[in-house]
Amino acid sequence: MLVLLVLMLSLSTILSACTSSTAPEANKPTETQKPNNESKNDPSKETTAKQEFRFNLATEPPSLDPSLAQDVTSMTILNATFEGLTSTDANSKVIPGVAEKWDISPDGKKYTFTLRQNAKWSNGDPVTAHDFEFAWKRVLNPNLPQTSPYNYQLYYIKNGEAYFTKKIKDSNQIGVKATGDYTLEVELENPAPYFLDLTAFATYYPVHKSAKDNPAWANEANTIISNGPFKISSWAHSSQIELVPNEHYHKRDEIKLTKVTAVMLEDTNAVLNMYETNALDYIGPPFNGGIPSEQIPILKQTKKDELVIKPQASTYYYLFNNKVKPFDNKKVRKALSMALNRQLLTEKITLGDQKPAFAMVPPGINIANEEFRSQVDGNYFKEDIAEAQKLLAEGLKESGLDKMPAFTMKYNTNDLHKKVAQAVADMWKQNLNIDVKLQNVEWTVFLDQRTALDYEVARAGWNPDYNDPMTFLDLYTTGSGNNDLGFNNKKYDDLIKAAMKEVDLAKRQDLLASAEKVLIEEEMALLPIYYYTSITLIKPNFKNIYVDPLANFRFDRGYVE
Amino acid sequence: MFRYILNKFVFFVLAMFVLASITFILMKAIPGDPFVSEKAVPPDVKARLLAQYGLDKPLYVQYVTYLGNLLTGDLGISMKLANRAVVDFIRDSFPLSLKLGITAIFTSVIIGVTLGMTAAFRHRKLMDSTAMVIAVLGVSVPSFVMAAILQWLFAVRIPMFNVVGLVQAKDYVLPTMALSAMPIAYIARLTRSNMLEVLHSDYIKTARAKGLNSWQIMRRHVLRNGILPVVTFLGPLTANVITGSFIIEQIFGIAGLGKIYVQSIGNRDYSLIMGITIFYGLILMTARFFTDVAYGFIDPRIKLGKRKEGSA
Repeated sequence: MLVLLVLMLSLSTILSACTSSTAPEANKPTETQKPNNESKNDPSKETTAKQEFRFNLATEPPSLDPSLAQDVTSMTILNATFEGLTSTDANSKVIPGVAEKWDISPDGKKYTFTLRQNAKWSNGDPVTAHDFEFAWKRVLNPNLPQTSPYNYQLYYIKNGEAYFTKKIKDSNQIGVKATGDYTLEVELENPAPYFLDLTAFATYYPVHKSAKDNPAWANEANTIISNGPFKISSWAHSSQIELVPNEHYHKRDEIKLTKVTAVMLEDTNAVLNMYETNALDYIGPPFNGGIPSEQIPILKQTKKDELVIKPQASTYYYLFNNKVKPFDNKKVRKALSMALNRQLLTEKITLGDQKPAFAMVPPGINIANEEFRSQVDGNYFKEDIAEAQKLLAEGLKESGLDKMPAFTMKYNTNDLHKKVAQAVADMWKQNLNIDVKLQNVEWTVFLDQRTALDYEVARAGWNPDYNDPMTFLDLYTTGSGNNDLGFNNKKYDDLIKAAMKEVDLAKRQDLLASAEKVLIEEEMALLPIYYYTSITLIKPNFKNIYVDPLANFRFDRGYVE
Repeated sequence: MFRYILNKFVFFVLAMFVLASITFILMKAIPGDPFVSEKAVPPDVKARLLAQYGLDKPLYVQYVTYLGNLLTGDLGISMKLANRAVVDFIRDSFPLSLKLGITAIFTSVIIGVTLGMTAAFRHRKLMDSTAMVIAVLGVSVPSFVMAAILQWLFAVRIPMFNVVGLVQAKDYVLPTMALSAMPIAYIARLTRSNMLEVLHSDYIKTARAKGLNSWQIMRRHVLRNGILPVVTFLGPLTANVITGSFIIEQIFGIAGLGKIYVQSIGNRDYSLIMGITIFYGLILMTARFFTDVAYGFIDPRIKLGKRKEGSA
């Protein structure tokens, strides 16, 4: 009884304390924000700002060994702690990294990189061409205790695939050689005009030679040696990672942040609450647990200065199973695609300023350092309900059907995908009088079913691996591991094959444009819906922290005003 | 006593074997493997990855190898989080879940029993109804709703606590409240109904007739009998609270084992799934064992070793 009384009393004290303190406490955050807003107008006060940045990484990075990493979480930390031969800027264009300059042979197959001599590892050792040779051969090593799941990113290198598949035994035959401490010679299987984009990618990062004796070197903060702008000062597994500047980095003066903290939180509400209480400075993609779509209209009102929406070079689309009836008929596929209202879908459902897609390659993807979409028109078809109805009737007749059979559309379990699927199903019902059953499937099972062509219509999305239209267009060639459409088209295959060998950049662009035309305009092998945007919240005084068009989250040159 | 423990041990080994086998079968029955990826992996690479973890061998070989390793205490290494041993995950994460769990159990028992007793002694009075309203609320509000409300109210609206984390002592308050709301309510109702039953039994009347005062009756007769069911409940509760706080861990950003367990299933990280399941099984069985022993001490009618099976 006494206990209860004490409990009740203390509870009521707490409660009354809460109510009485509500007003001033609630105002606190805005009060603390005021100086920031003032300092924005008065640059002289900026110098005192604490150069610390906190963001949500959502989950534990699966691997911080650049050779083993293959996911966006790991890459985010790797991009800040390592540096490749090249690097990329805010528009995903190539800039020099560890390499100062490079020469490309006329046939586009031989690259000679000259490395800067002042590049250093976080332990002070110089970064040499040997470190790159070691790292690349390590990725391709078939006898490594841990196989690199992304090692095919190095199949562009001469004999890379042959060595991994044990067709050749001698690693000296692999097309990478350090001909001096600061000269690296690379030979490719085929000309790849985007090779300099690839060398900015984590799988191509150098690895310190000490990794040879310690396969688990990337497991703990104290054994990781890196060569990028930051180094890992602490890593509490599944909880948080702290980065501090790498004192030995060759452009140390460009690094302004003194500490970066990446927490691992998955609950979207908790993450928003953290941001609200100034415990986080940034939330959003490329990580899970970003901003729920229904919050966007509210945030557009309440947090105008902090909500940043930028186009992202990724496409959201639906797959048709090109092997099953009636989706093996291109008129049926075109009808389904033309009967949608993509503008309405992005304005009312996805809400994140996404752009309707009428092609496969999204804006932001470059070819020869120019944006592909501004060179090649991306309107391969128009939305037209009357035309769609006509095409559907014709297509069904050709397939020997008098009516569109009811079918199932699958999507991986996710709130946004569900809303999009419902809206699409609704538009088909209204415009074409088609009945669609929606089915959500757990991610791994979903991928399994898609690969096995165990679907009729299924959701898909594609983020580029490198900055070139090829990363979108070589997906659906016959025999491609990514071809989960059952699409086999000789004309398309030949165009892609020709583009892969073509050295002339203008001709190559034409070949890729023609291939895209076959895929979308002629065949409508898949149904483009919209081009993604990245939707982020960032405190207004943080500058130069962004998601680039290739969905890399970059903060290494960030600073606080 | 020895026979009892031996019995329990045999049962324990058998149960663990069944648990390991069923988990293995179910795990293999769900489509996918740890190396399924949205971007197609070339067949050679995939084959090499599968071979690395022995996943290329027939299922029965995998099963036998797995049980063999288990007997030697080897839980293997994670297939998705490169190079990290399953034991390391448990070592890093379990202490957090455990600390939070123990705090929640103590809170539940102390508050729950107090509430229940108060309600019983003040039967049909204001205190009784108040306590039971609290109990009904605790049972009917799911813990994740409770957690979200508590977080918003006491960390955002009134910033008394940190939104997430488990670093300072005060960080325990919100997750503990969310985690113990249900057990408090359950224990309170259990205690109340038992106390009422005991209070109306003949031996209490006898005790009163003997001239014992309320405090003595309470201490010697009522408490001991009334609390018995709570002890029964304590076993499953302990196991539940220590292992089942996944959602709470998620909401309060605690890097506990529950969070890792759920991720491992999504990842099809076979070794991690199996390792944590076995570990959870171990805890569950241990908690049960101690409940049974504790029962023997509180209730002299239950004599350990004279019964075939100690469960009550």
